[in-house]
Amino acid sequence: MKPPPVGYSRPASVAEALTTLAALGPEAKILAGGQSLVPLMSMRLAAPAHLVDINRLADLSYVRHDAGQVRVGALARHAQVLASPSATVQPLLAKALRHVAHPAIRNRGTTVGSIVHAYPAAEMPAVLALLGGSVRLVSASGERLVSASDFFLGVLESAAEPGELATEVAFPVLPPRAGTGFAEISRRRGDYAICGVAAMVRLAADGTVDDARAAYLSVGPCPQVLDLTEKLAGVAPGAVSLSAAVQLVRERVDPEPDIHATADYRRHLAGVLTERALLESLGEAAGEPKGEAA
Amino acid sequence: MTKPEELHEVAMTVNGATRTARVPARRLLSDCLRHDLGLTGTHVGCEHGVCGACTILLDGAPVRSCLLLAVSADGAKITTVEGLAEPDGSLSAVQQAFTECHGLQCGFCTPGFLTTITAGLRAVPEPTDDQIREMVGGNLCRCTGYQNIVASVRRAAQIQRDRAGRP
Repeated sequence: MKPPPVGYSRPASVAEALTTLAALGPEAKILAGGQSLVPLMSMRLAAPAHLVDINRLADLSYVRHDAGQVRVGALARHAQVLASPSATVQPLLAKALRHVAHPAIRNRGTTVGSIVHAYPAAEMPAVLALLGGSVRLVSASGERLVSASDFFLGVLESAAEPGELATEVAFPVLPPRAGTGFAEISRRRGDYAICGVAAMVRLAADGTVDDARAAYLSVGPCPQVLDLTEKLAGVAPGAVSLSAAVQLVRERVDPEPDIHATADYRRHLAGVLTERALLESLGEAAGEPKGEAA
Repeated sequence: MTKPEELHEVAMTVNGATRTARVPARRLLSDCLRHDLGLTGTHVGCEHGVCGACTILLDGAPVRSCLLLAVSADGAKITTVEGLAEPDGSLSAVQQAFTECHGLQCGFCTPGFLTTITAGLRAVPEPTDDQIREMVGGNLCRCTGYQNIVASVRRAAQIQRDRAGRP
């Protein structure tokens, strides 16, 4: 369990990193927290020719919020995002981050890295997809903003091209009269989830449900977002019946079986967890004291 | 490999002393500590971040040394289990609590627990039982059944209070 031989650069600035990435092209792999990349290399599932270590790019270790977005720089560790006052304007971030592995992993792993890694069982890609956030990709020849819906292309596959550095992800803040919920099931605390759900509900001015959606992890190659509004719209949070929404979810998700769970079990969990995440969302949107998702 | 691997100079402050090594980029920090620096107190279990045995403190925060490359830790301040004892060589509060409460049997996982709990009690000096379980939830132990480890954390908090002269 040792990584294969690999080249190594540690740029001191974003500009130097971009020059290095441009020169190396597809040979290069960016090393941020390395909490997914290093074990993949140790298991010889990944063997990049060259690592570009961005851990010296202190400019990118920010968490802040402006213009209705929580902005997380490429070097912000999960633990830093979790503890940041800036992240409290989108409560779903903390709810999901508590499920990301263990504290020791969150101390080193980065939120942007987890999103670019695009692992289907990871929490933060689903959160970005649910909220309709975006990823800023910068290269030596310019930069572009890619929306979450265009960013996740497949298992471990994102829209980031060789030569590009994801410098920032932006999560929209929680709108007024809205609430979020997060629920997942894993065999052991801190393991990747067998199934997980992030949900958000927004109420209209009259207090009835105006918008409801949920995003799923571990049920497909990419985070799947389902619009559940048609099953919940126009009803007050306290009077909502979730069975129709749960039914819709079970019809729409198409999970794969693996050694951890059958497809049927995942479909069952998707329904149960949707109910939990929606209840949490509805409670928060209606201004109830925050309850723990079961 | 036809040509020898490129080596990189790494300098770290380990347990208060500056240590240097020349390592290939692929050298895990856990292996650098054990093989290059001779600090075999850090134990290597799963080598993919699951067991927690190799946990060290990196700039004060617990991290898995098997999930870090040594080159990436250049310039960092590291504390391993060898650095936990008091300056006079007596046991730290956490170490003392583990001996008193039978918090270990075979000892393989112990370095990871000691480092994790040392940092955990700095952040939360008076943890509830739930906070204790969250604190050690990322470390595996196959001997104790964890009850004695939870008791050790409780006892360590008490020893810290006693040593600081607090009630």
